[in-house]
Amino acid sequence: MNRVNAVVVGAGAAGGIVAKELSTAGLSVVLLERGKWYTSNDCRKDDLRNQRTTVLGNAFGPEDEGNPRVLADADGTPHIMLPSEGGYQNNAACVGGGTLSYGAMAWRYLPQDFRMRSTYGAPAGSSLEDWPISYDDLEPYYEKAEYEIGISGDDSGTPFHGPRRRPLPMPPLPPNREFQILEPAAKRLGLHPFPIPMARNSVPYNGRGPCMRCPWCVGFACEVDAKNGSQNTVIPVALATGNCELRTECMAREILTDDRGRARGVAYYDADGRLQEQPSDIVVVSACAIESARLLLNSKSRLFPDGLGNRHDQVGRNLQGHHYTGATGFFDFDTYDDVGPGASIAVSDYNHGTPGLCGGGMLANEFIRLPIQMVDRMPGGTPRWGLAHKQAMRRFFKRNIVVMGPTQQIPMADARVTLDPAVRDKWGMPVARISGNVHPQTYEIGLVQAQRAEAWLKEAEAASTVISAGVPTTVSAGQHQAGTCRMGNDPQGSVVNRNCQLHDVDNVFVIDSSVHVTNGGFNPALTIMAIAYFASEALVRNWKGAGLRS
Amino acid sequence: MPGSRDSVRLTRRQFVATGAIGGAALAVGCSARSHGGWDFLSDGQALTLAAMCDRMIPADDFPSASQAGVITYIDHQLARTYKRHRNTYRDGLEQADAISRKRFGQDLAALSAPQQVEIVGAIEQQNRKFFDLVRSHTLEGYYGSPRHGGNRDAVSWRMLGLAEPPVLGRAQYDLRKGPAS
Repeated sequence: MNRVNAVVVGAGAAGGIVAKELSTAGLSVVLLERGKWYTSNDCRKDDLRNQRTTVLGNAFGPEDEGNPRVLADADGTPHIMLPSEGGYQNNAACVGGGTLSYGAMAWRYLPQDFRMRSTYGAPAGSSLEDWPISYDDLEPYYEKAEYEIGISGDDSGTPFHGPRRRPLPMPPLPPNREFQILEPAAKRLGLHPFPIPMARNSVPYNGRGPCMRCPWCVGFACEVDAKNGSQNTVIPVALATGNCELRTECMAREILTDDRGRARGVAYYDADGRLQEQPSDIVVVSACAIESARLLLNSKSRLFPDGLGNRHDQVGRNLQGHHYTGATGFFDFDTYDDVGPGASIAVSDYNHGTPGLCGGGMLANEFIRLPIQMVDRMPGGTPRWGLAHKQAMRRFFKRNIVVMGPTQQIPMADARVTLDPAVRDKWGMPVARISGNVHPQTYEIGLVQAQRAEAWLKEAEAASTVISAGVPTTVSAGQHQAGTCRMGNDPQGSVVNRNCQLHDVDNVFVIDSSVHVTNGGFNPALTIMAIAYFASEALVRNWKGAGLRS
Repeated sequence: MPGSRDSVRLTRRQFVATGAIGGAALAVGCSARSHGGWDFLSDGQALTLAAMCDRMIPADDFPSASQAGVITYIDHQLARTYKRHRNTYRDGLEQADAISRKRFGQDLAALSAPQQVEIVGAIEQQNRKFFDLVRSHTLEGYYGSPRHGGNRDAVSWRMLGLAEPPVLGRAQYDLRKGPAS
């Protein structure tokens, strides 16, 4: 194969942006994606087979056959997990990655989220650290993501956000009924409610139309292409340069290195299962936190016996996602108006400042509920089966509001991805083994957050409420997985530098949520995108025709 | 529920006919079926399963689980996505009839509704894994998309007052005007 300047592994939120930035700067790029490129013809609305409700499988990958992982439970006992099972900690595998089927909340983290250790000190047993970059460093790239991907919303109603130079490019969608019920209640409590920022067209933008407000949003691809991900924004731009080739159904096997310890390309299995080698000047790993760590760990050689970038046993550690807690309120009147995407209103008053505890998170109303998503969310005391359950479904399906939020996790070094010693995937490669748990401070504050959600619902005149706040027994990484290739200035305590470049190998980059030192109290997609723009700019700045400026 | 009990006590012939109707509808929508019966279940297993499912979602002014095609849904999945649950079903259904015969002298499907509730409650206690599978699959078949053979004519969505299919947004979509409020 002809040598190219860059191989990018993974065409998701970050990989799509990196491919676009490099190819528009004149670099030749091969973008490898293990999944397929779905079009609107594939966007069938199947409430039992999508990325949110997976009882009959994932709609956008990976498929259950041949793609196992191993989850170690609290006792360390390993369990083989299928991609459609929760313990697998899945993110979609397709062009666009998670952004094809996400709910599309598009949050900026707060300035404090980048200096959690300075703000709170590191709790015992945690690996809490500050980022080597600040909110101010990232602000221009948040803005770039907001304009190039396309974000709607309005945060002028809350003081809890970092400074911004430009408003969001699109106004929020008009309020739905839940917004109208929850907004005055939040204000009575002294909170600062505002419309959720969304990667979703509220007006025609970027050559595509606005949201049609159907209920089939989170977990599904958008039928009218009004939801913005990398697959309908940056990846088409990358391909239009003529410098970027997208190869789908291609699974990276390892990053190849030469005898001087530099990367020389990527070995991958193509759509027919044949092993191929793509030589390149640089390699960018954007496969999401679990698979990026796995690829580095699987890239073993004489010079790197424990995997690439893993000289100090840091690759795969600090795996985190979000600890979701909240409450459901049941009402004596209809709260449901059948207008998607449903999630509409949030407060970020509780992201910081809880005495004695670290961090917190935003609280927002949930995406619209399809009937199958309601069957286990009935008022307290409802029998699990029988006529009473059926009648509770009839009575409360249109009379409930769920308020939840992604509680920021306090990272731990032994929440991690390693290679399973026994289990292999359909290509014969060792699979990811996920082990560890959530720091106790995380679920302590998760319970406080759930009580706050409950108080909000009661103020909105919920007749009864049910709290949802568990004590986890395994890590919760899921679609918000992050942290496994931590960014830092200290090569012994991190995997990449502030420009997402491996400390160990100067022509290998990890650009995705893996580099997040902490994961904010927000959905991470926009931060992943901002980091991708930030790191791509540094990469292009240091590019000298056929190599990197040292 | 006087009406619901009658609906469970279909004769074997009637019941198989009901399944066949579901199967025919499915053949149009999804994939061809090679025969008119069940893909995985025996007729006897289907009767026992229907008795269980109909206690989980009994008929009122809307249909019971089996009337809405839940058995078709479960049978279809046991031949496909849920192959891994076949043994749990085989053993669980056998156990349900065994408990039923021991306590009331007849198979589960032949009992009265209150007797069936008692047996289903006993299975919930004695074989939680099987019970939870049947409960999950019954709820999926009843409240999930009709494309998989359950929720016949989207009856549960109509029961909940949802547009059918539930895509209100599409009807009001006008690209030039912006989003519906």
